[in-house]
Amino acid sequence: MTSTIIPLVKRKKIAETLPSGKRLDGRGLADYREIKLETGVIGSAEGSARIYLGKTEVLVGIKIDIGEPFSDTPNEGVLTVNAELAPIASPDFEPGPPSKEAIELARVVDRGIRESKAIAVEKLCAVPGEKVFIVFIDVYVLNHDGNLIDASAMAALAALLNTKMFKYVVKDGEIEKKPGYTQLPIRNQPIAVTIGKIDDNLIVDPELDEEHVIDARLTITTKKEENICAIQKGGVGYFTAEEILEAAKIASEKGRELRKLVVKA
Amino acid sequence: MPRKTTKKLIDKKGVRVDGRKPNELRSIMIKAGVIENADGSAYIEQGRNKILVGVYGPREVHPRHLTQLDRALLRCRYHMAPFSVDERKSPAPSRREQELSKVITWAIEPSVFTDRFPRTSLDVFIEVLEANGGTRCAAITAASVALADAGIPMRDLVAACAAGKVGGQLVLDLMDVEDKMGDADLPVALLPSLNVITLLQMDGELSADEFEKALNLAINGCQQIHMIQREALKTRHIAVKQAVEE
Repeated sequence: MTSTIIPLVKRKKIAETLPSGKRLDGRGLADYREIKLETGVIGSAEGSARIYLGKTEVLVGIKIDIGEPFSDTPNEGVLTVNAELAPIASPDFEPGPPSKEAIELARVVDRGIRESKAIAVEKLCAVPGEKVFIVFIDVYVLNHDGNLIDASAMAALAALLNTKMFKYVVKDGEIEKKPGYTQLPIRNQPIAVTIGKIDDNLIVDPELDEEHVIDARLTITTKKEENICAIQKGGVGYFTAEEILEAAKIASEKGRELRKLVVKA
Repeated sequence: MPRKTTKKLIDKKGVRVDGRKPNELRSIMIKAGVIENADGSAYIEQGRNKILVGVYGPREVHPRHLTQLDRALLRCRYHMAPFSVDERKSPAPSRREQELSKVITWAIEPSVFTDRFPRTSLDVFIEVLEANGGTRCAAITAASVALADAGIPMRDLVAACAAGKVGGQLVLDLMDVEDKMGDADLPVALLPSLNVITLLQMDGELSADEFEKALNLAINGCQQIHMIQREALKTRHIAVKQAVEE
């Protein structure tokens, strides 16, 4: 965190090639790194997915529990997203309570899923006002090489699409599990696309070295109808209005490609 | 949060719950220099929002290991008073407050010449005393005035304002019910003279076309707020000048 000098040296190197449309690792400005997705990787979780975005590796596990609804939404299930930046994933991560970075990551992933209404929460109510299903989405970063937001959001969606719910009956206000499973009701597919800015160049999917030197980032989440459902700007730099509209266009194009890939996984 | 579009949020004539037109700001009052102990301070009332901001610094960094060798460490802390909302809020910082502290810092830092004060910290404390929607924007607006009041060299003020969609219509400066029951909320912070955007978030749903219109509406709101910020600083300047001369 305190090493501010090295990124300044790196920045020059990274920024140099951008005007010619190339990045240090050979990618074009709007290219993602290679993506590999596996689903159903954890037997004890109701749903799970592991994503490799270049060298970034994120595991998402989904657990479903029974709990009380919020008082303002008595007929709806509850969605909870938590992110762990486990010390195993980077020399910069330390054990301890969630850092601000982890909280922001969880909240951005949460916003995409919530605002796109991806989970049909009204179908997750067993006893109105008393017993609903809680969907816990736990994001586990296993190797940090940049762009955790997009990797986590994609893995979360892949895991949701692969989540099984136990069958149940309600007897005297209690939930009784029955053998067999149904699919968790998912009706939208939010995809987060993060765009970094270095000088006047917009780059998609910044890897760690790029992430250290970008002026600012913009994460735009689009729904399957390609409307925007969530935005988060990060970093101390700025964007012009033109850059933002350009980024929105990139996000919807890239979102279309990535959505196909995630749904197929 | 439920996002049900209620007809009542905006009527056929385009009048909103509190009687405003779609592109109208709430009434805004900003006062600079309100906390004796702080190096700079400001108070803002925007509709029913009441927010107090105090700036301390440049001063020694605590804890020391956070020291930046080439610039000041700018830290904004957004905090809501337990009595600021209908249901008492625990005074411990929530995840929302921690995220907002971070995005507010990012919104303000581009406006400050932090490289003039290496190895120091600039602490911006934001206390929301009463909240009624759009507090992150009002907090940024006030924090920028407080930093100017503290005499910190700045490239520009930061003015912030949200636009959004309520009852199918694009509106400016959403209040609490409009945010909660509306279709989309898009908070924006602008450096008005440089015309660049330093905070951008969104939730809800907007098409590409609506997004462009909402962004421009929010930018326009920021420009109006910028004028109010300048007036507040002028008033403060005159008051200080008179006090010195007496």
